[in-house]
Amino acid sequence: MNTTLLEINDLQSEIFNKNSSTTVVNNVSLTVGQGETVAIVGESGSGKSMTALSILGLLPRPNGAITSGQIVFDAQNLTELGEQDLNRFRGSEISMIFQDPMTSLNPVFTIGNQLIEALRSHEKISKKEAWLRAVEALRDVHISDAESRMKQYPHELSGGMRQRIMIAMALITRPRLLIADEPTTALDVTVQAQILDLVKELRDKRNLAIVLVTHDLGVVADIADRVYVFYAGNVVESASVHDLFAKPQHPYTQGLLRSVPRGTDNRLQSIRGMVPDLTSIDRTRCAFADRCDFVQQHCLDTEPVLEAADIEHNVACHFYNNLKKRESNADTSA
Amino acid sequence: MQTPVLEVEDLTVRYKLNSSGFAKGKKHFDAVRNVSFSIDNGECVGLVGESGCGKSTLGRSIVRLLEPHSGSIRLHGREIAHAKGKELLDVRRDVQMIFQDPYASINPRLTVEDTVVEPLIVHKIGTSKEKKARVREVLDLVGLPTASLVKYPHEFSGGQRQRIGIARAIVSNPSLLICDEPVSALDVSIQSQVLNLLKDIQEETQTSLLFISHDLSVVEFISRRVCVMYLGEMIEKAPKDELFSEPIHPYTQALLSAVPISDPEKQRSRERIILRGEIPSPITPPSGCAFRTRCPSAVQASASVQIENFEPIPGRVVSNCPCVLDKVAAMNREG
Repeated sequence: MNTTLLEINDLQSEIFNKNSSTTVVNNVSLTVGQGETVAIVGESGSGKSMTALSILGLLPRPNGAITSGQIVFDAQNLTELGEQDLNRFRGSEISMIFQDPMTSLNPVFTIGNQLIEALRSHEKISKKEAWLRAVEALRDVHISDAESRMKQYPHELSGGMRQRIMIAMALITRPRLLIADEPTTALDVTVQAQILDLVKELRDKRNLAIVLVTHDLGVVADIADRVYVFYAGNVVESASVHDLFAKPQHPYTQGLLRSVPRGTDNRLQSIRGMVPDLTSIDRTRCAFADRCDFVQQHCLDTEPVLEAADIEHNVACHFYNNLKKRESNADTSA
Repeated sequence: MQTPVLEVEDLTVRYKLNSSGFAKGKKHFDAVRNVSFSIDNGECVGLVGESGCGKSTLGRSIVRLLEPHSGSIRLHGREIAHAKGKELLDVRRDVQMIFQDPYASINPRLTVEDTVVEPLIVHKIGTSKEKKARVREVLDLVGLPTASLVKYPHEFSGGQRQRIGIARAIVSNPSLLICDEPVSALDVSIQSQVLNLLKDIQEETQTSLLFISHDLSVVEFISRRVCVMYLGEMIEKAPKDELFSEPIHPYTQALLSAVPISDPEKQRSRERIILRGEIPSPITPPSGCAFRTRCPSAVQASASVQIENFEPIPGRVVSNCPCVLDKVAAMNREG
């Protein structure tokens, strides 16, 4: 088994408003091994991006804060560090790429300028050396004609090219962990396929660990080793990618997988109701209860916690065992 | 044979360009070039393609939010490409549109009732009593409670807003609905609710649908026939099952193989075509076959071929670039 690189224990992050606070990440624990790709999947408002932002201390300020829990990266608890110390990790040990490569790049500086800045803010090297490293970084992400690209501005490049540059910039300092927040959502499918292949190639070459935040189950199936399913700020299920798709245990995961259109269906299964509003969620009961087809009184009285359903397969549902029975009953009767 | 609801023939939609700036010298470009297709009564046709391929422009020109440069658009056999005034108003009553963004496409200052009743007022349909009854009927059809009549859009979630948009589109009983990426902004679990709703409405009311989307799995679910566009041209048209099981055009093949399947075993074991490069600018499309700059099987002749569509197999239309001809020959050999 891989050694653990990142370990999050009982993380709780909140956003504070005038008179109230909203828990956006609720008792989340997760681990990422060296060279492992871990996907965080969920719908809008599930807390997946907030978890990713928490890792690097990038929650919106001044309203957002980590209120409890630990984020341990390479035996160092990041939540205890001040800004200065955290900066030693940001962009050098842990890098992050975002959904929209246009707003993440500075429009008034050249690509080269920005790559060199990223490098020189972490390493003491000459400009000339940095230039060479930057050109090399662009070649690593398969950008042709790297030298002339260095002199171009972001607006001169296409969306896929910009995302390649973001990846080059994130990886130029040779980090051990890459956090990718919906990296291909803004791209066309044919370009998405290119970028996913590139990420896989770089990951394997450098033994890079990746935390991939996404809502797209197809992307998860393509690239992830393990998956955490988020709902309303909680982890509701975690498993290896094969187990999750082959035998999902939580009713939400099951519903989510069934909601994806597969051409042959005449009707889509869906999850009734709507994605909950985090500001008004009751944390003393199961957050999914209102939309669950298997809800029972106990779900409304007690919040379920993650328990082991199988080896390396955890689920936060009181009745996941009973669900299974019901389903197989239905199958035999049909 | 029955006249199709919609027939589009050799349609070209042209945009003017500012003569200053990046595209200096060029005065205009064609976002849609010589596109032909039709939609039968009660049929749902899917239109897929990547950004910049002209699929939304095509949709908008059918509702006549844009005026085509040349070609014809016939609605129930009646030419509407250059309709004006009263005639245009009639078109708009019969062809309604559902937009992608349920936040931007609904007036935040109108209640649900005011929003949904508006088409009836514009087209002077029914007495005020009939209008009220019709609005309630439609709201019920899209699954919104009557209590929402007096509410404002901000009180609803994205999925519910899209239901309001659908109610507004079907209230005047149109024979054709143009859906431009109607579920792209929604979460997966909500997306499936709205897709089921659209399918139900289509089957119940026998409305024809043009379903524009970049998401192939969604199109596969809802349509009977599928059209694929690339850089303003329609490169392949086929019944859904045939298109998804045996795509002819290399672009369609690549597009299908680029969509990740939600099954790790299948996704990781299948053979995939990864295209080189990105979509060229529609302002300066490549000569000959527009796809040749990214096509894995492009040959020299691809650059000079005069692109036309032909029908190698009954019901299947595809553009005539050299690699397509090879593929068709291979398919014929196999029988």
